[in-house]
Amino acid sequence: MADGSIGLWTVPLAVLGGAIRVSTPFLFVSLGECITERSGRINLGLEGTLVMGAMSAYGISYLTGSPWLGVLAAGITGALLGALHAGICSLPRVNDVAVGIALMLFGTGLAFYLGKPLIEPTAPRLSAIDFGWWSDIPQLRAALRVNVLFLIGVALAPILYWAFRTTRWGLLIRTAGESSDAARAMGHSVLLIRLRATMVGGFLAGIGGSFLSLFYPGSWNEGLSSGQGITAVALVIFARWDPLLCLWASLAFGGAAALGPALQSVGVTSGYHLFNAAPYILTLAIMIITCSPKRTLTGAPAELSITR
Amino acid sequence: MIIGETPPPAGAFGVNAIAMTMRFGDFLALDNVELKVRPGSFHALLGENGAGKSTLVKCIMGYYHATEGDIIVGDREQAIANPKDAHALGLGMVYQHFTLVPAMTVAENLVLARDDVPAVVNWSKEMKELEAFLARMPFKVPLGARVSDISAGERQKCEILKQLYLKRRFLILDEPTSVLTPAEADEVLGMLRDMVVKGELTILMITHKFREVMAFADEVTILRRGKLAGAGKVAELTPDAMARTMIGAEELTVQPPRTGEAGKARLQLKKVRALDDAGAVAVHDVSLTVRAGEIVGIAGVSGNGQRQLVEVLAGQREAESGEVRVAGDPYHASRDEMRRHRMSLLPEEPLKNACVGGMSVADNIAFREFDRAPFASGGWWLNRGAFRDDAKEKIGQYKIKTRTPDTPISALSGGNVQRAVLARELAGDVEVLIAANPCFGLDFAAVAQIHAEIMAARNRGAAVLLVSEDLDELLELSDRLVVMFHGEFVYEARTSEADLTVVGRHMAGH
Repeated sequence: MADGSIGLWTVPLAVLGGAIRVSTPFLFVSLGECITERSGRINLGLEGTLVMGAMSAYGISYLTGSPWLGVLAAGITGALLGALHAGICSLPRVNDVAVGIALMLFGTGLAFYLGKPLIEPTAPRLSAIDFGWWSDIPQLRAALRVNVLFLIGVALAPILYWAFRTTRWGLLIRTAGESSDAARAMGHSVLLIRLRATMVGGFLAGIGGSFLSLFYPGSWNEGLSSGQGITAVALVIFARWDPLLCLWASLAFGGAAALGPALQSVGVTSGYHLFNAAPYILTLAIMIITCSPKRTLTGAPAELSITR
Repeated sequence: MIIGETPPPAGAFGVNAIAMTMRFGDFLALDNVELKVRPGSFHALLGENGAGKSTLVKCIMGYYHATEGDIIVGDREQAIANPKDAHALGLGMVYQHFTLVPAMTVAENLVLARDDVPAVVNWSKEMKELEAFLARMPFKVPLGARVSDISAGERQKCEILKQLYLKRRFLILDEPTSVLTPAEADEVLGMLRDMVVKGELTILMITHKFREVMAFADEVTILRRGKLAGAGKVAELTPDAMARTMIGAEELTVQPPRTGEAGKARLQLKKVRALDDAGAVAVHDVSLTVRAGEIVGIAGVSGNGQRQLVEVLAGQREAESGEVRVAGDPYHASRDEMRRHRMSLLPEEPLKNACVGGMSVADNIAFREFDRAPFASGGWWLNRGAFRDDAKEKIGQYKIKTRTPDTPISALSGGNVQRAVLARELAGDVEVLIAANPCFGLDFAAVAQIHAEIMAARNRGAAVLLVSEDLDELLELSDRLVVMFHGEFVYEARTSEADLTVVGRHMAGH
């Protein structure tokens, strides 16, 4: 062990590190989508928002030298894309799922176009907090290098859980999502509530994107997102629209995503691509176990187009 | 006090709507209608579906803006631009469809309804205030329960409490008792009546139940086809006179007399169990036999498993266990079985459950037989001419009001959709007929026609299972009455011997 080799312990450590690092974009996008869906709308465009967020964060960080300004820019970009989604969905007879798919393609395409000049330069990255300083084991220290965004995301989950119950905005978002008739009868504008919820959702998804380009993997290229945005939307369903469950689901997903590389690093090379598919297999398995054709999803906002 | 703003002066006030006219495009929904509700009175607004009752109250509440006419609240003319304006004047409305959010608790729903919901809700303080408010109210509701878990009667009480919590002193109730048992209806209306008598409240109630008008209302206004047909003091009117004013000169189908005796068992349910959409048991091992030439009525407040039971019989839901037999043969609601046993179905909400809205009236009428002669040759080549001829004949026979047989069925009114489904389902000999709330929301003419057809089918020897939330309908039509509560059959009697109060008690689960 003198050379720092810790044998098979590498795998759980890598999974832990992965749970922390890989989960952050999942966490932000799923919390954002959770807010949007609780208001009664699905924004599938968050994949595009994520990539646009990553691109704009990298660009602003490069231009200003401040990665935190990049994070802010990513959030604003996301909120604008959210406003675009909500704006189009406010028109009569527009389907939110179709608009979402269009915006997913639009967002990624626009990001690739605008981001062409950003592939070469190196932008200042977000720093990490070293929670593993007490340990000599490099793998553990690597796993415990935690980014502030992750901590913000972890704090955000219980805050949202609390806010859905005890704040006016939380109650209004739930009302719009559960019964637009009730919201209208109270004199609230459902469209306005959903516009704001979609913008906040886009803001968070944009920040999730900034994590990709400014921390891990930490550069801008066109293969940056491998569908994290769309997976996070599925995570929300999987987490039954509960922000706390979104946190756990994101961690599980991040951990599972780190399984393939971790096994490869200890020499298990056979089935590498199969292990890389672990998160998706995990999703399928849990979906099959928890769903039934005879029941509707519990916890699903009643106004969502997929549950109505 | 609970409401933050300064409360308007206490006590009831009146509302007058003068010369109200409302046009939707070419359609004249209200034609110079006048409604005078005196302060501190219980006023009933009667009329058939489509007579303009809802349009009138929606104009008062600011949902619609009348094309012409004035609204006087108290003693002042008011321009009510939207529901918020109406609320500020102390006007409140309880809708026919609940406006509570089912996934939230009663307390959340009440607090949410306020205009001044605090940015961060202090729940312990709010709960204390809500409990203090409830202590002053005539009826109680469980504050911590989710609305989806409480009964329809409690939900209706919540809706009314919500209006009182918001300090509304002029309440419009849109068919408030349609989901209540007769006893619950009397309780709720009686308590509101007490508040009216004390001068705390004025009530305008839309209804079609003469019993409630006679028992609780002081005055009545009757609309017919968008026009004022009559108004007056209830004490000076009889239900017959009111009904005549409502219907006008229209001829109603005469129901044939009940003839013939019940024959062999046709439809048998043995320990049928079914789940609802949430996976909870909705139908608890029910057993029932319906014989030929007999109408068995299933009474119950909506949401006690009737819907799931009908869905099992219609093939829309799989039974968890138990069996259904028709004429002795096992039945799984396949098309062949339905055809062989001449089964007919009149499900509730026919546009959703028995029609394809975007397809034509002719196509919808042909659904049962569309791939058989004369509608099709060889089982695949459809003969459009035969569709249209058959539809034309049935449109005449069942008095379906449609512009052409090719009009999409979703363009028809509720009564005419139900007539089209009736035409399809009752064509030829029927051996088993299952009907669920067949007259819900229909006008007198349609109701009379549908009741007559159901009775005629029974007289021809069909076994009829009639599921209805309307107790009067069941008492009128059925030979035997079964009460369903929490997914079980809790009471059974011959209709001629059934005691209304006992039936009502079982509907409420006592």
